[in-house]
Parts: sequence; C-alpha cells; structure tokens
Amino acid sequence: MSLIEKAMSHDTGSAEPLLSVQGLSTHLGSASRPVRAVDEVSFEIHRGETFVLLGESGCGKSMIALSIMRLLPPSGRLVAGNVLLEGQSLCALSEAEMRAERGGRVGMIFQEPMTSLNPVMSVGQQVAEAVRLHDPDHHGRVNDRVVELFRSVGIPDPERRAGEYPHQLSGGMKQRVMIAMALAGRPEVLIADEPTTALDVTIQAQVLDVLRNLQRETGMAILLITHDLGVVAEMADRVGVMYAGQLVEVNKVKDFFSHPMHPYSRKLFQSMPTAEKRDRGLDVIPGIVPALDQPFECCRFAERCELAQDACREAQPPWHGELRQGYRCVLGPEQDRDIDAAGLVALDATRAAGAELLLVNDLKVHFPIHKGVLRRVVGHVRAVDGVDLRIPAGLTVALVGESGCGKTTVGKAILQLIRPTAGQVLFDGNDLRRTRGAALRRLRREFQIIFQDPASAMNPRMLVEDIVAEGLVAQGLGGSRSDRRAIVEQLLEQVGIRSNAADRYPHEFSGGQRQRIAIARALALKPRLIICDEPTSALDVSVQAQVLNLLKELQSDLGLAYLFITHNIAVVAYLADEVAVMYLGRIVEYGVVDEVLGSPLHPYTVALLSAVPVADPAHQREVIKLQGDMPSPIDPPSGCYFHPRCPRAMSVCRSHYPPMVELESGQRVACWLEVPEERHPSDVQATSD
Amino acid sequence: MSFQPVILWTDALVYLLLLLIAVTIWHTRRHEHLLQPWRRVSASRTGQAALVVLLFYVIIGLLDTLHFNPRVDPGAPGDAVYSTEVLSVFDVIAGPLRTERETTYSAPFATHLFSKKTVYRPDGSAVREYPRLRYGGSHLDEHGNGKLADIVAKGALGALQGALVWLVLLLVLCLMQPARLLRLLSGRTPTPWHVGAWTALVVVAVFAALWELSEHYHILGTGKVGEDVFFQALKSIRTGLIIGTLTTLVMLPAALLLGIMAGYFRGWVDDVIQYLYTTLNSIPGVLLIAAAILMMQIYMSNHAEQFSSLTERADLRLLFLCLILGVTSWTSLCRLLRGEALKLRELDYVVAARAFGVADFRILLRHVLPNVMHIVLITIVLDFSGLVLAEAVLSYINIGVDPATNSWGNMINGARLELAREPVVWWSLIAAFGFMFTLVLAANLFSDVVRDAFDPRLRQQR
Amino acid sequence: MTAYIIRRLLYALPILIGVNALTFVLFFVVNSPDDMARMHLGGKRVTDQAILAWKEDHGYDKPLLINQSREGSAQLTDTILFEKSLRLFVFDFGQSDNGRDISHDISQRMWPSLAIAVPTLLVGLAVNITFALLLAFFRASYLDFWGVVICVGMMSISSLFYIIGGQFLVGKLLNLVPISGYDTGVHAWKFMVLPVIVGVIGGIGSGTRWYRTLFLEEIQRDYVRSARAKGLSEHLVLFRHVLRNALIPILTGVVVVLPMLFIGSLLTESFFGIPGLGSYTIEAISNQDFAIVRAMVFLGAVLYIIGLLLTDISYTIADPRVRLD
Repeated sequence: MSLIEKAMSHDTGSAEPLLSVQGLSTHLGSASRPVRAVDEVSFEIHRGETFVLLGESGCGKSMIALSIMRLLPPSGRLVAGNVLLEGQSLCALSEAEMRAERGGRVGMIFQEPMTSLNPVMSVGQQVAEAVRLHDPDHHGRVNDRVVELFRSVGIPDPERRAGEYPHQLSGGMKQRVMIAMALAGRPEVLIADEPTTALDVTIQAQVLDVLRNLQRETGMAILLITHDLGVVAEMADRVGVMYAGQLVEVNKVKDFFSHPMHPYSRKLFQSMPTAEKRDRGLDVIPGIVPALDQPFECCRFAERCELAQDACREAQPPWHGELRQGYRCVLGPEQDRDIDAAGLVALDATRAAGAELLLVNDLKVHFPIHKGVLRRVVGHVRAVDGVDLRIPAGLTVALVGESGCGKTTVGKAILQLIRPTAGQVLFDGNDLRRTRGAALRRLRREFQIIFQDPASAMNPRMLVEDIVAEGLVAQGLGGSRSDRRAIVEQLLEQVGIRSNAADRYPHEFSGGQRQRIAIARALALKPRLIICDEPTSALDVSVQAQVLNLLKELQSDLGLAYLFITHNIAVVAYLADEVAVMYLGRIVEYGVVDEVLGSPLHPYTVALLSAVPVADPAHQREVIKLQGDMPSPIDPPSGCYFHPRCPRAMSVCRSHYPPMVELESGQRVACWLEVPEERHPSDVQATSD
Repeated sequence: MSFQPVILWTDALVYLLLLLIAVTIWHTRRHEHLLQPWRRVSASRTGQAALVVLLFYVIIGLLDTLHFNPRVDPGAPGDAVYSTEVLSVFDVIAGPLRTERETTYSAPFATHLFSKKTVYRPDGSAVREYPRLRYGGSHLDEHGNGKLADIVAKGALGALQGALVWLVLLLVLCLMQPARLLRLLSGRTPTPWHVGAWTALVVVAVFAALWELSEHYHILGTGKVGEDVFFQALKSIRTGLIIGTLTTLVMLPAALLLGIMAGYFRGWVDDVIQYLYTTLNSIPGVLLIAAAILMMQIYMSNHAEQFSSLTERADLRLLFLCLILGVTSWTSLCRLLRGEALKLRELDYVVAARAFGVADFRILLRHVLPNVMHIVLITIVLDFSGLVLAEAVLSYINIGVDPATNSWGNMINGARLELAREPVVWWSLIAAFGFMFTLVLAANLFSDVVRDAFDPRLRQQR
Repeated sequence: MTAYIIRRLLYALPILIGVNALTFVLFFVVNSPDDMARMHLGGKRVTDQAILAWKEDHGYDKPLLINQSREGSAQLTDTILFEKSLRLFVFDFGQSDNGRDISHDISQRMWPSLAIAVPTLLVGLAVNITFALLLAFFRASYLDFWGVVICVGMMSISSLFYIIGGQFLVGKLLNLVPISGYDTGVHAWKFMVLPVIVGVIGGIGSGTRWYRTLFLEEIQRDYVRSARAKGLSEHLVLFRHVLRNALIPILTGVVVVLPMLFIGSLLTESFFGIPGLGSYTIEAISNQDFAIVRAMVFLGAVLYIIGLLLTDISYTIADPRVRLD
C-alpha cells in the first residue's frame, strides 16, 4: 500500500484529522531539471495538536508550509499530492476561495519578523486589514478587536502600540504582531515557520509561551517548523523529521527523544553539544546533503549513514509503521542501531591553565552621537562599558550574551579593529591600545579572528590558496610562492580539507567547509589567541559538530587560547573552560563554566539559562520570564543596568551599579544580592521590595 | 610609401581602449569566476543579436579610425609630399561614395535633383526643370526608366554577395568543417550561437545590398551641398561610438579611485570627495558643458594658429567634449562606488584582512576593487546609449561636436530647418534617427543582458 | 528637524562657493575679458579701443581680484570677482551682455517654463505609474514582456525625434495646434498641449521601465508575502502595500527635480518657441551671453541644493522610518 493510499484510508485515529497533507511534492526552478524541494510528504495534524517539522536548512520544511498556503515563490509549483483541511482540498480551491482560507482557517507567521511587516503602515492598520477581511462581526469596531488581539498576544499598552510603525518595535514585539495578525481570522491551523529563530532566547521563551497559551485557549492546531531540538522538546506533541525533501520519521515527541528510529534522527541527537560530551569529540554526520535536482532511486541518507547496507543504495527504503508514527528506513523497528562510538576522538580533558595571555581592563567602546546644527556630541552609544577579561594561554573563555549586548564589539576592540575609547588591552604584556602602525601590524600575527558567516568571510574573487596565504603575505612570512603553497596545503590538511582545494574558489564549498578554510586562514600565522565570533551560529547542528570538534582538536594540539563569543549556551557548556556573561556592555557574571552554568548567581544569568529550551521533553523547568527588552545602550538605566527587568531588584539597584564580588569558588558576580548588606552604600535604604 | 599614418588624439585613446579590452579579455579567460557572467551573456539570445549589431557598428567605426595623409602625387619621384587632408581607411573603401557629389538635395534613389533649376538648353533657351543627377542612377536612361527593376536586381545581387561572405567567414570560424557549421546554424550547440550567426547574416546581407546599391544610387538621398547622406550616416558612427566609449574611459579613473577611497577611508577623505562631486553635480550638466565648450571655442578662435588642420581641430573639440561629458557624468558612478565600498569595508573578509595587518592600499586593490568591477561594467554599458543620444541634443544646441565633424546630431541639426520646405526634405533626419536608433537599441538590449548577468542581486531573484 | 535644515543650508554655502569659484575660473581666468570682447566684436581685426569700450560698457574693465587703484574696502569690491561673481550670492544677477536686467528676465520667463514643465511632470508621472502597475500586475506574462520591449524601444529613440515628429505630425500634417509660439491667458492651452504630450511620450519608455523595476523589487519583499498570507487579493496587495512602498523612491525622485521645473526644458522650449527660462538659456548660449550663462549656472545650483533638501524632508514625510537629526 502506498503512502498516499495509507493516508487516504487512515481511519484508525479517533477523529478525522484537521489538516492532512497527502503525498505533497513541490518543485522549484526549470521543468527540465527541477529542484525537488518537497518529495511525497504526507502527514496529518489534529485539533489542538502541535506538529513540529524538524530539519536542517534546505531540507524543504518551509516549502511545505508555503505549499499548504499556496504561496510558493514564482519559480515553485506543486506537482503532486493534496492538502485537506477538514476534508476539503485546498489545492482544488480557486484562487479567490483560497484567499478566504489564508488568514481565515489557516494562519501563518514567518521567520523574519523584521522584514515581514510593511514598514510604512502602522502595525494596528496591518492587523486591522486582516480583521476586516476575515471577521465580519467586528464591523464598526475593528479597532477594539485589534486591541483585543494585541492584548491576547501579550503586547503591553496595546492602544498606543497599534499606532506605531514596525521599526519602533523590537523583534519580539513584531513577532507578536505577526501572531496577532494570523489570529485575526480565528484560524484552526497556525503555521509557524521558524518563528523564534531570529530572536534571542529570552524573547524566544516569551513568544513560545504566547503560542502555547493561545493554543490552550483556542484549541487551534499548530504546525511548527524549526531546526532546534530544544524547541521540539518544548512545544511538540508529535514531530516529523525532514531530510533532503523527504519526511524520514514521524514520531510522538516522547518516543522520539527516547527512541529515535531513523539513523539520521539518532545522529542529530549525537551531534548536539552538551556538557556531558566535553571530554570527547562530538559525533558528526560525514559528508553533505545530496543535491535535490536529481531523482533519487535509493535512500538519500545512505551516503552519510554508517548503518547503510547494499539495500539502501538499490531502492527507496520502505515506510515502517503508521502515518502518525513511523519512519523510512530499511532497518526494522527491532534492529540494532547503536553505532560504535569508539571512532570518536577522546580528547585530553586535563588542560592546565597556562600563563596569562590576554588581560583586558575596563575596556570601553563608546560611539559618539552627534546632534544639532553644529553636530555636537550629545551622547554616546555605550556599546562596551567597562569590561574586564582574563584569558590564559591554552584555554577557552566564552563570552555569552544576547544580541546587542556588545559582545562582538568586545572581540573587535581587543583586536583593535575598532579602537577602544578607554581601558587596557594587554596582550602578553603589550598594551595594544597604545600600539600603532607597523608595531601593531607585526603584533597582529599573534591573534586572529573567525567570523560568524562563512559566506562573507572570504573574498569571492580570490582562490582559496590566496585567501589562506593572505596573512603570510601581509606579514612577509612564508618565503617564496612555492613555500607558501606548501604551507597552505598543510594548513588545509590540518583542518580536513583536501589540499587540491587551494586552486578553487570559496563558493565551491559548503558552509561548513568554508568555515574550516576560514580556520585554516586564521591558523596560518600560528597565532596564540583566536577570537571566535559566533563561528557556528550560521551552521546546521551536524556541521556545527564538525567545526566544534576541529576547534577542540586544534586547541589540544597547538595550545591555542580562544575567546569564544556566542549566544548558544549548549556550545559554551561543551567547549568553554570559563564563561563571562554580558549584559548591556558589561560583564555581570564570570567564572568556571561548571559553576556559572550549574549554579548561576546573577538574576540575569539565571533567567538566561532558564530560557534556553532543553532537548528533553521530560525535563521540567520553570522559565523565568523577563519583562520587556534589553534597554538601549545609548541611555542605560541608572544603577544596575539590569534592574528594570530584574525580578529581584532592590532599591539600591536603582541608584548604584553593583561592584564585582569574587566568591570563594572564584566565581565573580556584579549583583547587590551577593554584596553583604553592611557594604551597601549608606545613602540607600537596603530594603528589598 | 603612398601614405603617411596619422594618429589623432581620439585615435590614440581608441587604441588605448582596445588595448585595455584585450588585457581584460586575456585576464578574464584565466579566471573562471570572471568568465561565468560572460557565459550568461552569451547564453542570452537577445544579447547575441544585440552584440552582432554592435560589432557591425564597431567595425565601421574602427575602419574610420585608421587615419592617414595620402601622398599628393603617388607616382612622382623624389621626396614624397603628403597632403594635409586626413583620410581614413573607411574613406578609401567608400571611394566614390565620398567623392561623388551632386549639387544639392535629392531624394533617396532619385535620378533628378529635388528642386528646379534654370537649365540652359543647347539652343540657348532657359528652362526651369529638375536637372538630372550627375551620379545617382547615371547608368539609367535619361528618364530613369526601369529603375525599380534595377534596384531589385542590384539589391538582390548585393545581398547574395553578402550572404556568400557570411558563409565563408562562418566556415573559417568553424575551422573549415561543414558539419560543425550545420550544427551551429541549427542551434544544436549548448550556447545559442545560431542566433548570433543568423543575425549576422541579416546584417551582412542588408548592408551588402545597400552597399551595392549605393554605388549606383544615393540610397538615402543627398544633403544640402549634394553630399551622400548614406555616407554621412556611416561616417557619423565613429563619432557616436567615440562619445559613448571615450567619455567613460576618461572619467573612469577618477570615479573609481575617488569612489572607493571615499567609501573605504570615510572621515575627511570622504567629506572632501563628497563635497567635490556634490558641487559638480549641482551645476546643471548642460550649462556646465555649454560654459566649457564656449570657453574652448573662444580659446580656439583666438589661438587658431596652434592647430595644424581643421580635422585636428575638430578632433580636439570631440575629445574635449568627451572630457567635459566625463566631468559631468563621473559623479553618479562615484557615488555608487562609494556606497558599495562603504558596504564592503564592513564585510568580514575585509575585516579579516585588516586583522592580518594587510595595508589599506592593498586591501583596496585586492578586496574592494575586484568586488566593485561589476558595477563599473554595468555603468559603462548603461551609460553608452545615453551618451550617444546626448551627442545629438548637444549638437542641436551648438555645444556638441565641431560642425565639420560628421555626426548624427549635426545631420539632424542641419536637416531640421528643411522640414519647413514643401515638399519635405525628410531623408537626412530619418537616416540619422534610424542609424542612431539601431545603435542605441542594440546597446540598450545588450546592457540589459549584461546587467542581468553581472548584478548578483538580480541573479538571486530568479 | 529644524536643526537639520539649518545645517543643510549651512552646508550649501561651501557648495555654492565652489560652484562660483568654478564658473569664475572658467569665465574669467581661462579666457581673459579681452578674449571675450574680441569674440563678441568679431574676430581679429578689432581695435584695442573697441575692446576697451566694450569692456567698460559691460563692467569687465576692472581687475580680477584686487583693485590696487582704489582705497579701503573698494580695493576688494570694485573688482570683477566681487561685481560679477560674489553678487550672485544675494541673487543680484546684474545685466546681461546686451544690457537687459537678468533678474527681471528670469522673473518674467519662469512662468511659461512652469506652465509646460509642471503638467508634463504630473501627466508623465500618472501615465508612467499606471503603465508600470499594469506591467507589474501582469508580471512574467506576454503583456509584461512586450511592454518592456516597447519601453526599451521607446527609450532608444532620440528625444529630438519625438519633438520633430510631434511637430510634424500634429502641427503640420493634422494641423490641430500651432507648431510653436506662446500666449498668455486662456489661449495658452493651445500652445501647451503639444509640448506636454511630446514631453510625456518621450519619458514613457524609461519612466515605465524604471517604475516597473521598483514595483517588482517591492513585490519580492517579505511583507508582501505576509500580506498575501492574511488573504489579501493581488490587486489590494499591489495598491495598498506595494504601491505605497514603491512610491517612496518615486516621489523622492520627483521631489529632487521639482525646483528644476523653474528652469524648464531646454529642448522643448526652444523647439516650440516657449519664452521660458530654457529657451532663455539656449539663446544665451548661442548668443554667447556669458552673464546669463553665469546667472543660470548659479540659479541651477541653488535650485539643485533646494531639491536635495526637499528630498530629505519628503523622505521623513513618506517614510516613517526616516528621522532627520
């Protein structure tokens, strides 16, 4: 029985499914060589249920959502399959009838709240538009309905907000407006395409919370699309795993986390960085996702699967189990899937802290704001406002914080790519801030940087050889051209790229490979410190694991020190020795990784950690909800910068910035809660309120 | 030697341009990523057709660029004496087209003059009649009977000759293998070369037919002093091409250097450069050109002794026009490049280069310049057609090329007054507009293709 | 906002100084007043007395920068630089080389210019936006394809052709309206129709194509997808969302040329015999009346700077994201 027939004849469930996707295939591009973005995908969602589509970038999960909405880009077309909403085929509707369903029974929100709203229309108007279209009852009192919708998604002060324009709202608020817009037609299904990917974890927690509450109130079904296993655990009732345009596994969320059936699903779990895996390398999925512009005659994961058999390469694997719970693999449900983990590199966990390599004292980077006729400086953006750091040789210090907290600026200011306004940056005893010109240029070989986006990190018009050798040439090292070539080839080998890559251009490589080349480039000058600015945030989990492994190996081989700038707590837990938590240009907590992540003291750290979704549905946690957004660094709050959002703020916090207190464990916190009361400033009443 | 080569200023710059193009081609062929957009251009049918038409114009323009002084009396012994008349290879090829002049206006394919003249019969009586043309249709009988049949026959003969030339050329290009030629013409190649080939057939056949006819008729009529309009229109091609290309060539170094420096260095460098181009931009272009050209005219009329010949003087004026057009048009490119450099300087690979301690100048050369070249190319191609059109307008206001220079603008300017005549003298106008339209249309179509192929933003959209 | 405008006006000063310096160099340093006088009086055989007399008549007999023969501040003011160049800053354009008051001429001749230029702009804008919307609505269809082809074709035709062709067809063959000339009052329309139509048709090709590109660019944005996802029909998406966003660059592009409308179109005015500033300039150029050319250069620069300022201000009105300070 084919899958489609199965879907048709599915009547074992208690009720008819609300949304049923049957054998959906979507192609992109030319008809002669189409990209099979979605290939015979079938699943169903019931009322009140949350079904999560999980997959890495390019696997076709967003295309499914757009196919359901019939909002495919001009080059896309639905070539087979059907979408049934309460038994009614959406594909058979005329365009006009489909418009009534969009925003009516099916609502959708998108990944980028920043660009998904019309910039020249007030957000209230945009929601009102949806109300007028789908809510005839509210004729005459549209504005009330808009305010009501804003309130239901937790937008504070809805009357005022409705008149504001998108650019006046933060990312989290914009995503709430998008949700309100989707809710205007009282949808029965809400499709959320990576709704929190562009948001910070604390904001993500708020938005997910809104979605959960709304579902509880309205009983709508949610089709949630994500790449984050944590979000799956948090939100899903059932989960579908996508790989290369195909649904490879559908499972209940509990079973999925305890017994993933498809080898790819298992690999996803194994390649996730966690604190427990610190002492060894992460499990990686070798190779890359196959190109989708070819018809597949075999299992499309076979090339990367360690359990692959001959059968996998000969025919499409069968679907085991039901539509609501099953998987696509030659392996039977009872067959062994454990892979020998011996292949993994055991890493030397005992790294001794070497001599102090980098010392940052009271680093400040202020950008002036000019105003008025004479462009007088009227204020400063305090991007970095007094940061102290200490990086010993051979260790990794993580700098953690949400977007806009100034962590990237710290990295660039240390490298003198942005000149600091004040403070000291002592590298091996040299004050970099006072070094200029040729002397600084010579010193630059000691410290390097790796960027977040491998796509923009390399000049697209240079050969890999020239890219990797750029530092050597600039520093006058490496001797003749042929000598340099040898060095480049050796470096490429070191990062696991075939040395013939030297004669190719960056665009010929995948994101992960490009990041390796970027690492090779940074290593060329044999630096002692590398500043890693979110080097894995743009990468998929399986590729992230490869890069993290490489960074770890290089550290133990070469004794490198890393300043690892990231917002990803899991990566910190896996990689870092020490961690510094940053908030609004200042470090609020600093210490050994186990202590900071295990027993955080600063209320911000506590809230930040609690907001990170944990990839374990059994894990019960209480999210400490922070109010509002991070304030602007132009005009930071008086006293402790965190106090307006702090659940434990005291009166002293409003007037005085807390000193950094070092505890016995060596952990350092800037919070009045850790300061003995007798040392509080005398002019404030030290009463908690 | 029966001639003495002459290199006018614009000729020299054209040679420089050719050299630059050759170097660019040589450089591009060695870099796959540079070749790729050109492959997209060649894969476009419109692009191929437009390019063939452009090439045709360029060939004529180049033939008209090879200048020389003919020897006064080629056979005579002793030291050669060269005429001060400057001719081009094209003039030589055109031969009778250049020299066979009527007395005044005559319509296309006419055998008689356009206006009545008093003619004295052999018997001494004076009659007002349309005199017979001296050269146009002179092989026909007194009344021009059988003209139509003759035109068709001669045209067909010319077209046939053209087709033959086309076939031979293509065969040579296909390395003398007829099978390859067949495959190419039937469009069974991955790149649609057949579009280019068939366009070339049309262009060559039509031109050959016209050329054949022009030996017996004034196919586009004659002008005020009896000059052949077809010849005039062909001679104007060089002027149009020169203005379209040299203007960009002379303004390019300044626009490139200042644009990327302003964007990359920011600060006071940026302020100065921005001030410079805002100031230039704030003067209405026509007025700046007018002022500059008027000043030059005064200079030239007061220092006439510095110019050895009229041709040289007209050539210098053409060059000066290119220069001043360049001054008024570099600002937009400069602003574009500044914006792009501002973006590029924040990109990670530029930051990485700074982290390596790469010197600023080297960053500009290695990272910024190669990544703005596509903008430069797109601008060059886009500007071309605008400049060709601008020439006509400027000539009309008398601040364009020298009145002695052949140009479409001068043709239009000269003919527009004759529109008041009854019946209308329309052929000069139509000839100039037609030749200009074909060139500009081809350039516009080609620039569209180039922009689509080179602009990364447009590429993402499909 | 006020501070911004004041600052921009202050910035305009160095630019105007630059413009003036440039024209000063062009008109008085590259060629001396003697050269100019000689050319005006016709060629080489001009007596020195005639030149002197001409210079005296037109006020060019003073020294360029510093007048040593005078005392006090007059050393600086009684010079060509001051009289002919610096006075422009207070819009004192002086007399033209044939003795007319330039300021008066300008105030007289800007109205016919406006009468032609404003309708041309408005009608052209309406026509181009309509056509562009049509093409954008039927994007990727045959209508769109041929529409663009026609646009490219129309762009490739010289503006002279539109003018001459229009005059010939409408004026001469059909005899509907006079070919050229101008009249004040109610009869002015007869003389305005043809130039306006020709101006609009000449601009259709490039205008429609440019606006179509703007529309298509907007159509690909994420917010358009959101608008469709809420169930808006395609024409509402186009009119309510795309049009409003695309109008920002269109309108600001129009605002920058608004002040220039005073100067009018050189070509149209001179062909149709409209007594506006455009034909004034052309006449000055062909009569080599440099005083007028200098005045028009300065006026043009001032109007350009005003245009830039208006553009910035119009951005703040059209686009809520833009704040000036």
